[in-house]
Amino acid sequence: MTRHIRHAAVFCVLLLVTLLVHTAWLQVVQGPSYSTNPANRRSVIARYQQPRGEILVGGRPVTGSLDTGEQLRYERTYTDGPLYAPVTGFASQLYGTTFLEHTEDGVLSGTDPMLSVFPLWQDLTRTRPPGGNVVTTLDPAAQRAAFDGLGPRTGAVAAIEPATGRILALVSTPSYDPSELSGNGPETVAAWKRLNQDPKQPMLNRAVRQTYPPGSTFKVVTAAAALDAGVVKDLDARTDSPDPYRLPGTTTQLANEADGCENASLRHAFQWSCNTVFAKLAVDVGVEGMRATAEGFGFNDEGLRIPFWVSPSTFDTQVDQAQLALSSIGQYNTRATPLQMAMVAAAVAAGGQVRTPYLVERTTRRSGGTVSAAGSRPVRQVMRPATAARLRELMAGVVTDGTGRNAAIPGVTVGAKTGTAQHGPGNSGTPYAWCISWAQKHGDLEPGVAVAVVVKDSSARRGDISGGGTAAPIARAVMEAVLHSPATG
Amino acid sequence: MTKVGTIAAVADPPLPAVRLPRRRGVELALVVPAVLLPVYGYCAVGLARSGTVPPGAVGYGAGLGVLALLAHIAVRLRAPYADPLLLPIGVLLNGLGLVLIYRLDLETPGDEAAPAQLVWSTLGVALFILVVLVLRDHRWLQRYAYVCVVVALALLTLPICFPAVNGARIWIRFGGLSIQPGEFAKVLLAVFFAAYLAANRSALAYAGRQVWRLQLPTGRVLGPVVAIWLLSVGVLVLERDLGTSLLFFGLFVILLYVATGRTGWIAVGLLLAAAGAVTVGRLEPHVHNRIGEWLHPFASIEAGQGPGQVAQSLFSFAAGGMTGTGLGLGHSVLVGFAVKSDFILATAGEELGLAGLSAVFLLYALLVERGYRAGLALRDPFGRLLAIGLASLVALQVFVIAGGVTGLIPLTGLAMPFLAQGGSSVVTNWTIVALLIRVSHVARRQYDGRVAP
Repeated sequence: MTRHIRHAAVFCVLLLVTLLVHTAWLQVVQGPSYSTNPANRRSVIARYQQPRGEILVGGRPVTGSLDTGEQLRYERTYTDGPLYAPVTGFASQLYGTTFLEHTEDGVLSGTDPMLSVFPLWQDLTRTRPPGGNVVTTLDPAAQRAAFDGLGPRTGAVAAIEPATGRILALVSTPSYDPSELSGNGPETVAAWKRLNQDPKQPMLNRAVRQTYPPGSTFKVVTAAAALDAGVVKDLDARTDSPDPYRLPGTTTQLANEADGCENASLRHAFQWSCNTVFAKLAVDVGVEGMRATAEGFGFNDEGLRIPFWVSPSTFDTQVDQAQLALSSIGQYNTRATPLQMAMVAAAVAAGGQVRTPYLVERTTRRSGGTVSAAGSRPVRQVMRPATAARLRELMAGVVTDGTGRNAAIPGVTVGAKTGTAQHGPGNSGTPYAWCISWAQKHGDLEPGVAVAVVVKDSSARRGDISGGGTAAPIARAVMEAVLHSPATG
Repeated sequence: MTKVGTIAAVADPPLPAVRLPRRRGVELALVVPAVLLPVYGYCAVGLARSGTVPPGAVGYGAGLGVLALLAHIAVRLRAPYADPLLLPIGVLLNGLGLVLIYRLDLETPGDEAAPAQLVWSTLGVALFILVVLVLRDHRWLQRYAYVCVVVALALLTLPICFPAVNGARIWIRFGGLSIQPGEFAKVLLAVFFAAYLAANRSALAYAGRQVWRLQLPTGRVLGPVVAIWLLSVGVLVLERDLGTSLLFFGLFVILLYVATGRTGWIAVGLLLAAAGAVTVGRLEPHVHNRIGEWLHPFASIEAGQGPGQVAQSLFSFAAGGMTGTGLGLGHSVLVGFAVKSDFILATAGEELGLAGLSAVFLLYALLVERGYRAGLALRDPFGRLLAIGLASLVALQVFVIAGGVTGLIPLTGLAMPFLAQGGSSVVTNWTIVALLIRVSHVARRQYDGRVAP
């Protein structure tokens, strides 16, 4: 009997060894592949187990975290949700993340390896560093001025510091409160459905993800090309341009909404926005010259990240002369985001230099140490400095004596160009009024701010005047806010 | 206490030539850390969850300590030669189970199981003390073998009259209480098997024909084997309790082998088990599903229905890794229902890691080893078979349920001894430890330096 008891004991030992070997295999060898299984909620739980880092505007956080006590513990909150939604985006437990919440997620959620001070120790104790902060370049006063200026209307504003490319304001209206999407309950699902079905498209970021026909504001680009190519040498010399202008190779007659455009000087044509003059100039410059200048400003660039991607603005290069003529007065296939048009204004303001715009000044650890900072950005000379100086002169003329008088600020040099974007089949849609501008304080070396405003305006009939009527005051308010704010002023 | 021990020693009959040391002091010295470790775990849960030591820590520690002390005194009084490891292992595992259940209660505020488990543990220890005090000689049980089997069968069939819970008819409910009579039946059946085999081992061992190398049993003695087989299959079919039937059958085969030493019995046993399992696996959708879930634990994820219980359990073990997340910091509650009972090991695996889980397995192994050691030292066949049977019961049960939740074998509903939530299970396991204490006391008292025949 004793022998058989020993056999049974060996059997029990076998059972134990099998269990130990299998468990070791499961926990140590197989374990890591199970933890990445999408059905395993642990990574999701860990993600919301600690407060998310903050997004800072003007030194103050515009975000927060709410301890819900649920399984997914911390929910995102926003102090001025609709105001900053085009910048922050949302961080939802159900629908993922967008915009800065998306591109800076590693820092904000604490998974960025750069956040760990002692990586080995944190691996051993299984702790995640607290989420880092993202410091933005936004100017809260400018952002507020743009948001209030647009009010209930549909539109967008982008403002840039020309000397650096820092984005000072990025607004889109109508907006939404991203904190509605933070949670995971039925009310979040309902909010998501409502926001997506809303015909006003509150979640559309019009400043960077929507392109509009730039209309007459594109004439800044055309003028730059013409000046750089030497087609125009004197701003006040007569140009050889008929009114109406028959588009080359067609019988279509292009007309003007302004008077006195026949053979008008570039200065007059720019001030009163003569379509015929600019169409003729573009044909004289040619497709290649126009393409080079437009792409120099940033058109057709699909790689722009600020750090989230920006819809490419387009200038069609597969065109005949008639199409080129229309493209160059901001029609046909020419489309631009408000940010792109702000870049155009900024390039003129910065002596012909285009700087890649950016939103994130730096990212920091919770304790304050810098993780990464916006380094020096590549600079592109899109036109000769002399051309930029002459364009500044032209744009300043629009404000002192043209369609952009509403953008004028006492004691400050302001340059602007207004425009109207017709759209829809047969131009039936409600047109958008445009204004791009820059402002320079007396005594400053170069303009401190460049702005692009686009706003839907049902009363826009004569485009240039309406651009000056509805868009220019918003541009002025944003520029005033930047020039008066202590940081830049 | 020393006084009590001295009295007990004085009360003993005159010493034979060779006497083993009693080792009650060792037992006491082991009981103290066995109480302190769970108290430390209880505090660790509180510190991890809220940053403070839970307010009940002192009371909890005192309660567990008093229970352990009372049990120790009972052993000192009536079983002074008992194996000193059995009681501390029981206390440690029971305490650890209470900590794990308390920890899971924090995730399910509406459904607290730890207080009830503490009450059941008290009952279990009370029964332990009763058995140690009252049962002077384990051979007394041999006389009631047939009473045991009748009661066991009655307990097994009782739940058929009650509604099924989670697909298995193994509970009876009255009032707010639910009892799993199959748990009690285990011990009774072990007693019966031991008594029956001790009485009939010669007939089973030496009758029958030799076919090739296998000694096959005769038809007459095959009867009880077939009866047991039918019983376990019956339990399986009527109550859908794959685990219990597996346990009964495994227990019977082991005891049969130990009693007769015939490999033929193992062949017959395995054949019958395979036949039963295949038939039931084909016919019973419940059992069929369990096998499917074992073969493809992630099938429901691929089908877009989210992870099943076995998959969640595997995720839990995987999340534990080598060192575990720490008590109170895992997410094993994702397993869903039965997380405190059948799947309690997933919590241990996730929060204590492979290191803690191996320690738990080794504690069980030690408990089984002490049972086998008592069996080897005893000289009466009934006592030997009883000790082996009870120890094997623990070993089989741990393997079946631990293998089930780790995906080693198909999942069957069994309680992890001492750890899992379930009053019947805790009470039964304390009874098993009490019986092992009794037989080990006899084994070590009569020890004369020679190995038993």
